[in-house]
Amino acid sequence: MVKKRCFILAIIGSWAISGVAAAQYSQADVEAGFNLYNANCITCHGANGDSIPGVNLRTNQFRRAVTDADLNRLIQTGIAGTAMPPGRYTTADLAGLVAYIRSMRDFAAAPPRGDALRGQTIFEEKGNCTSCHRVNGKGSRVAPDLSDIGAIRSPDALQRSLIDPTGSMLPLNRYVRAVTRDGKTITGRRLNEDTYTVQLIDTEERLVSLIKSELREYTVLKTSAMPSYKEKLTSADLDDLVAYLRTLKGAR
Amino acid sequence: MKASVRCVLLAMLLLFLVIPILRAQVSNERLLRAADEPHNWMMYSGTYASQRYSTLSQIAPANVKNLEQKWIFQAESLEKFETTPLVVDGIMYITQAPSDAVALDAKTGRVFWIYRYFVSPDARPCCGSVNRGMAILADTLFLATLDAHLVALDAKTGRPIWNTKVADATAGYAMTVAPLVVEDKVIIGVAGGEFGIRGFIAAYDVRTGREAWRFNTIPGLGEPGHETWQGQADAWQHGGGAIWTTGSYDPVLNLTYWGTGNPGPDWNPGLREGDNLYSDSVVALDPDTGKLKWFFQFTPNDPYDYDSTQVPVLVDANWNGSPRKMMMWGNRNGFFYVLDRATGQFLAGYPFVKVNWASGLDAKGRPVHTPQPENAPTFPGVQGGTNWYSPSYSPRTGLFYLSAWEDYASVFVKEEQKYEEGRRFVGGRPTSPIPGGQNIPSLKRGPINVWTEAAGHGAVIAIDPRTGDKKWKFLMTDVTDSGILTTASDLLFAGGREGYFHALDARTGELLWNVSLGGQVASGPMTYQVDGKQYISVAAGHSLFTFALRE
Repeated sequence: MVKKRCFILAIIGSWAISGVAAAQYSQADVEAGFNLYNANCITCHGANGDSIPGVNLRTNQFRRAVTDADLNRLIQTGIAGTAMPPGRYTTADLAGLVAYIRSMRDFAAAPPRGDALRGQTIFEEKGNCTSCHRVNGKGSRVAPDLSDIGAIRSPDALQRSLIDPTGSMLPLNRYVRAVTRDGKTITGRRLNEDTYTVQLIDTEERLVSLIKSELREYTVLKTSAMPSYKEKLTSADLDDLVAYLRTLKGAR
Repeated sequence: MKASVRCVLLAMLLLFLVIPILRAQVSNERLLRAADEPHNWMMYSGTYASQRYSTLSQIAPANVKNLEQKWIFQAESLEKFETTPLVVDGIMYITQAPSDAVALDAKTGRVFWIYRYFVSPDARPCCGSVNRGMAILADTLFLATLDAHLVALDAKTGRPIWNTKVADATAGYAMTVAPLVVEDKVIIGVAGGEFGIRGFIAAYDVRTGREAWRFNTIPGLGEPGHETWQGQADAWQHGGGAIWTTGSYDPVLNLTYWGTGNPGPDWNPGLREGDNLYSDSVVALDPDTGKLKWFFQFTPNDPYDYDSTQVPVLVDANWNGSPRKMMMWGNRNGFFYVLDRATGQFLAGYPFVKVNWASGLDAKGRPVHTPQPENAPTFPGVQGGTNWYSPSYSPRTGLFYLSAWEDYASVFVKEEQKYEEGRRFVGGRPTSPIPGGQNIPSLKRGPINVWTEAAGHGAVIAIDPRTGDKKWKFLMTDVTDSGILTTASDLLFAGGREGYFHALDARTGELLWNVSLGGQVASGPMTYQVDGKQYISVAAGHSLFTFALRE
């Protein structure tokens, strides 16, 4: 009986964890959560989520919470008898906080394998990354800004993005291609979309809003415009690049 | 030969690449000539002269009844929505409370990006966690935050470029003002007049965020004007003089003009004897250095909280037969002023609402104080004859328009108070002269049938600056915190606390159109044009409403 219960718990536990792993948190939520975490949580929990002895948010295993709903409740009620105070947040803020705390799991504590300084040179020269990406005001806005990518992506995820850009592209960063009635083709990174309209930043870094009924063609592209760097860079180069990207924690 | 042809072709190609980029950016030149591109609204008050007058005329008295709502943007905040949008080439930039920035498509209201600024819990706003808008230069937006930071944002992405701490929020410093860009500097001022701050106006390098200069609105030891702070020894250190509405700029005189707030503590002038310079004043500063060129004080030793935080309206017109560079000012103290903006010389002044705190203005524009007996009502009351709500001047009608609170009074009560950092420092309180009445009247605050005419009411007033005559008035039952917009088709747009938004005939005050927006208008309406269509935008309640003519 005891064994059986353990078994069931284990199944539920692994289901819960895998469920968490599969959940899609939007980058916007993770970023909003990052800000909220820095404003409200960092003093006690620390930048790496492990400042309180016995509490390591990065493990994503909590004594009093399994599901996102549990985390939600815990953040709101606090934990009586501990220093964890109740917090008043909007539903959107809570979603952001949970998304960020969940994302912390991926922040492997392992020290970087590469050299960040060399990585920056690769980013700006050999890799030509600034022709699409922007870091702290330098580079193009065509692809996502990477000024705080080290704070919102794990080193593993960064590595994956470099090797398999399409496979690791978030829906948030999809490009769209539209052809207007007069035959003009517009491509750009999708910023917002609804039933009737789409907002994007085009290849000339202009903010563009389109009304779908006025388009001849409209496609959301599911392949990334970024090339894979698997063959373009050596594995040492890739390590350096990841080491550099990890240092980007944003200026807010 | 071949090489030079290639060179020329390359140069041409580069030029073609560069031209659209230059066009897309808001240059200083474009800001100076903002009136020449009325399809855009590139700064808080429309142009550096701050007339809130647009030469757009597609929407006119004959067709204004065909206005229809095109889109609504609902803010993610239940605070008062005081923003004036910027529009540049079809993209709109607004702020939502407390200190967020949003980029929208001006035709559809759909969002490109939102920058969410997380205000420090140390922020101590006196009167609402609001924000009135941004400034833009090139591809950079400038946002002043509630916890007294100035943030530069990439207008394309909403990403922060730099973030400068302007002042200490724990000591009661806050910012709600829309910044003003002049040349390579972005100018702001600090709020906190109810927290015993020492106010200042400061300029920051647009590229780096580094402070270029700072003008203290309360002179320090050894500075001229310091002697106007007597009474308590450290009175000047907590003397207020806050800034919370955007200034104006005259590029020919190279002066920037800013209205300053009340002296602190608000209601106990005995703790700060003297004129209390430069509180309740307009200061004319050199935008390159922050040096004071001249000042004019509206309310010396103010015991009523009559902030002079109004938008300075710059008008070039004939005065007594000769051309004059003037500044027109509807003050919270109930008087309308005309000044020479090159020198600060007082040209004329008239009360525009019932006033009994002063019997009039002397030849230099200084009020003749007539303090009312204890427990007797003082007109205008604490919120003033007008307040921060943007007025408008139409060069076509030659009239000055403002939102006024008529027949409105408060009873002021003095109290002793000691300064403590970060705590309210007001030295008394205003009360309603009506038994059981609200200190600040509004229908919204209680059952609607408690209203009496003794509480006062709102109005849009058209003033002839030459005589002080009121050409017309548009009366409202409730009071109003609305800014005013006029256009070249002689339309005037304004709202009020009742949640209506009106179009009036700017010449006669006749009501031509109105719509119920369901929430108070506490912002300045503005207008712009995209793809040949004129739009009118106004924040009301917790949403931004945009109108255009029915197709």
